[in-house]
Amino acid sequence: MSEVFDLIVGHPFFAGMTHDQIKIVAETGELVSYHEGQTIFSEGTDAVGPLLILSGDVALELQTPGHGPQVILTLHSGDFLGWSWLYPPYRWTYDAHVHSNAEAIRFDGPRLKEASEVDPALGYELMKRFTEMLVNRMQSIRIQLLDVYSTPR
Amino acid sequence: MTEPLVIDREGVDALISALIERGYEVVGPTVRSQTILYDTITSTADLPVGIRDRQEAGTYRLEDRGDDALFGYVVGPQSWKQFLTPSGTVFWKGLRTEGGFETVEPEEPPSYAFFGARPCEVAAMKIQDDVYLPVEDGIYTERRRKSFTVAVNCTEPAATCFCASVGTGPDVTEGFDIALTEVLGADHHYFLAEAGTDRGTEVLGSLVARGARDEEVVTARRLVVHAADHMGRTLETDGLQELLYANLSNPYWDEIAERCLSCTNCTMVCPTCFCSTVEDRQSLDGSGAERVRNWDSCFTLDFSYIHGGPVRSSSSARYRQWLTHKLASWQDQFDSLGCVGCGRCISWCPVGIDITKEAAVIRERDVRRVAVGTPAVKEAVE
Amino acid sequence: MSTQLLAEPAVRPMHPVPCRVRSVARELDDTFTLDIEPPGDGWEFAPGQFTMLYAFGVGEVPISISGDPNDPSRLVQTIRAVGAVTDALTTVSPGDTIGVRGPYGSAWPTGVAEGGDLLIITGGIGLAPLRPAILEVLENRDRYDNVTLLYGARSPGELLFADELQEWRGRFDLDVLITVDHGDKVWRGPVGVVTSLISRASFDPESAVAFVCGPEIMMRFTIQDLERKGITDDRLYVSMERNMKCGIGLCGHCQMGRYFVCKDGPILSCAEMSGTFWTREV
Repeated sequence: MSEVFDLIVGHPFFAGMTHDQIKIVAETGELVSYHEGQTIFSEGTDAVGPLLILSGDVALELQTPGHGPQVILTLHSGDFLGWSWLYPPYRWTYDAHVHSNAEAIRFDGPRLKEASEVDPALGYELMKRFTEMLVNRMQSIRIQLLDVYSTPR
Repeated sequence: MTEPLVIDREGVDALISALIERGYEVVGPTVRSQTILYDTITSTADLPVGIRDRQEAGTYRLEDRGDDALFGYVVGPQSWKQFLTPSGTVFWKGLRTEGGFETVEPEEPPSYAFFGARPCEVAAMKIQDDVYLPVEDGIYTERRRKSFTVAVNCTEPAATCFCASVGTGPDVTEGFDIALTEVLGADHHYFLAEAGTDRGTEVLGSLVARGARDEEVVTARRLVVHAADHMGRTLETDGLQELLYANLSNPYWDEIAERCLSCTNCTMVCPTCFCSTVEDRQSLDGSGAERVRNWDSCFTLDFSYIHGGPVRSSSSARYRQWLTHKLASWQDQFDSLGCVGCGRCISWCPVGIDITKEAAVIRERDVRRVAVGTPAVKEAVE
Repeated sequence: MSTQLLAEPAVRPMHPVPCRVRSVARELDDTFTLDIEPPGDGWEFAPGQFTMLYAFGVGEVPISISGDPNDPSRLVQTIRAVGAVTDALTTVSPGDTIGVRGPYGSAWPTGVAEGGDLLIITGGIGLAPLRPAILEVLENRDRYDNVTLLYGARSPGELLFADELQEWRGRFDLDVLITVDHGDKVWRGPVGVVTSLISRASFDPESAVAFVCGPEIMMRFTIQDLERKGITDDRLYVSMERNMKCGIGLCGHCQMGRYFVCKDGPILSCAEMSGTFWTREV
């Protein structure tokens, strides 16, 4: 656990949170590693909790009939992966596929939520940060949708 | 300026003839289609003798003065830019050759004498000089170099005039070859004539004229002062640039847009508006090509078109562009106000939008004020 | 008064100069690079400048110069075919003649970036006007600290100058990160907007200079992200684009607030544009 704490205490995502709060979060985390080609989770399976990518590249993919897997977004060192653990039905909405060997910290979603119920201040700090990341992600996806580089005719 | 001379109507005729003799095509005000339009003149009989114009927002009418004044009106819908930078000018002609193409030299443009240019128009020509002369566009520069200006000082402004507010009239101080001031009374009708350049001195010198008497000069000057004190409108220019720059997002632009038809009249009649476009033409067999410069207007949707759409698609943005360019950004671009207070845009706007009024409303509704309409704040600003 | 001011005009800046096209190379489906023989002994230009290219009888368009500023014997311009004039310009054959006027406009201020980190962020065809700046920087590499190129394209098949990008990626003195909006079956690189690459670039936000070029929306979001990271608007430079009919400040079409994009721009700092860049429909 203390290894996880050491890995996340300096992470920008947790900047501004107290060490006690970060300890609680670290307690729910475990170090995991994946090799290239591995699937971290598949669309439709139980969403247990978020992952913080420490190194490597992970692609978010959707399987489409006739087109195979299509990459919507790639995430890299420092990015959080996964939101579906926050709300019912707690199922992943895409595949997370490792493009190059990755190290990550997998956090236990239910334990994070329980800790937040007990300590709403901790919950609020986490929510603020997750929603900010979500908003940034949405902005980026909006721009991708706009297809800004396409030829106007 | 040289010592003022006095000439009579015959002298004015002689002046026109003297210019024609020197190879100028003399263009001046005439009456056509119930409007004062600039056209070729050969004598004072071609001028709008005894005619007055009644102008108001969206209104232009001519009426009889009941006298013989040669210059008893101000400005019509045209300005001298139609001679200096005429729409439809072919500025480049090319012919295909073995190796590619070559340029055909353009024709020599005519030499114009602008007869009856009002002080606001003389100021407008100076303003357009700042736009075109640094670049040598090959159209304006040629014609301007060859032009002669006989200015006429104003003694009876129209209700739409506001040259005094912007410092461009009602009399000229520079930018003219000869300036005339008409003095018409029950028993006298003379013209004070002053030269502003060596050329002007030479031409005046060729006329039969006498030195002006002191009281004649005083009378003429008094008429001009009277005109300055009786302007139809004023434009408040204090802090105008900062005001407009600070109010680009003022919701009032949308209110103006509800009235504005984007008809482009204001830009067509404005003597300083210079926006143009280029039309390309090719001969049927492809052997020759021409590039033509036409007037354009920032009010059209095409004007700011890039990448599949206009940058300024709303008419609110387009009106804002015109007004803020004329009164604010022009100052950064050319070191002067873009507006000369001629009032044409007010008369010729079909819905009567008044540039002086709109600037005043924006001043009233300045978004920089803490609380709009608070008596204390209003007083402080006034 | 008016006569005294004017001298006999010696040049006619609105006349297209006939120039021979040496070669036409297809970069992408709709994008071509023309290698044009400049008139005279050489055509000096500064990175970021553009010319008005004329297709005989069809019309003129402003096109950024995409060539090497260290080699004035070639005028290289990359054109995207989006309308009648660009269609005509991109279907010429080697040996044909087109008209050229220029070079016009302001340049990427590589001098300002010397002594510190330089971040170059571009997307789509925006890489073309930045290519001369990149080449100039690489020619004088020791004047800069970290130099990073972040490039975003629509898809892997639409990466402009892909071979050169590959070459640049191989250099040890240049960081090149590339992302696409949509991946394909074989793409193993990043997928996402170009701004997502910023957190992976090495630069000191207190002193770094950024050059940004691409579609206006992309530039807006990029600038917001860079400012959030601490790069102040006097160190952020963008290349603006507007409708142009003359390229020399006469036709009025390219105005953006007080600026004529053809002569005050196309390169402007965000500090200069603070009043206008963020106002709608200016």
